[in-house]
Amino acid sequence: MSDLLEREMFSALRVGGDERLARVELRRQIGRLEHELGRLTAEAFPRLALDTDVPARSATPRIAGLEELEQVRDALASRISAAQVALRERSVVETRNRELLEQMLVAPAEHKWLRISRADIGEPGCGHWHSRPRLGPLGMLMGWWRVKVSSGCPLSARLAAVERETGDRGAAAGALGQLSAG
Amino acid sequence: MPRAEARGADPGWEPLPEQGAVAPRIAEEFPGLGISWVEAEAGPSRSPEPVQRRLRDLSDRFYGSHAIHMRERPIPWAYRVFFRQIGLDPDRTRTPVEQLALDRLHDGAFASRGLPADALTIATVETGVALRAFDAERIYGALCIRDSAPGESLPGKPGKLTQGTLVIADQQAPLALLFGDTPASVPERLDSRRLVIAAVQVKGVPQASIDEALWIACAAIDAA
Repeated sequence: MSDLLEREMFSALRVGGDERLARVELRRQIGRLEHELGRLTAEAFPRLALDTDVPARSATPRIAGLEELEQVRDALASRISAAQVALRERSVVETRNRELLEQMLVAPAEHKWLRISRADIGEPGCGHWHSRPRLGPLGMLMGWWRVKVSSGCPLSARLAAVERETGDRGAAAGALGQLSAG
Repeated sequence: MPRAEARGADPGWEPLPEQGAVAPRIAEEFPGLGISWVEAEAGPSRSPEPVQRRLRDLSDRFYGSHAIHMRERPIPWAYRVFFRQIGLDPDRTRTPVEQLALDRLHDGAFASRGLPADALTIATVETGVALRAFDAERIYGALCIRDSAPGESLPGKPGKLTQGTLVIADQQAPLALLFGDTPASVPERLDSRRLVIAAVQVKGVPQASIDEALWIACAAIDAA
């Protein structure tokens, strides 16, 4: 056992101290870049799916050499750069959409049938704002336009507060039943 | 394997993890890398109700946003970084906690797979620490982390390991890859009454989290 632990470093890594220090520095950089990429991924979710793929050379764990670490470092840096650009572009689009929404709310008739979703302005949820005529075709003819606000998808289940309230009522009814029976 | 910590009658008993060695050339490259383990008396069985309830509670507390923000948390991030440093892509070969998070989102819950797998799931999700289970009857001496020598192979797996592959080994031979599923460490396939639960520590993961993970896993197994 001890001979296996103390065995000579294999040839691929038989290099000078400077190269080991370079690997240490590259690993530190990879750690920092990985953290930044994770932060950007979280920031983009769910508005934008970022490409964070940095393929590995092998499927088995080993001490990665200098060249491989450099490739990982460069690929991470490239992904971060692309993610920052994508997020910046997305922010510009969302800002424009927010301005458009404000204009639509002020003058619905000037933005007929325009529909802006919460996702378009970078908000969570699936609601939207829709410029529509009041009273259907009559409103279209008369120019009675308004912005209809949809609050989003119906909930898949009752709110927890409703459940609690129902539970409390059930418990109270049970207690009352016991009292009357007593 | 020599018996580690024997459980007494004390209800407040907590296992004392043993520390394994890391080959000096590996430790020099990866300061902070370590392996700790405890031994537990348990065979494969259906998880008892308290363990299943705990899995359900964990499922209820774990949402998609947790999975997205997971890589920002220090311990999952530390394992992701280590995967990158050892030449693995954590988006293909998932870190243990990220794999569980993905399974949770895919299945809609942390599905019960019986003991000891459920114990490892609970401890890994609670702490983020990477845990492995081995059959104690097939381990000779203390565990260690080293690189594979020429001609070595993994038990139950055909073919020889590429020289320099990082493995978890006992005093005789490699038991499993340092990360990645290998036959000897898949909890569902263990049939022994004695288990070794091992935690792999990487730089950035505090010893307290390693100890906590091992305690949680042991407590879940003790519930059986």
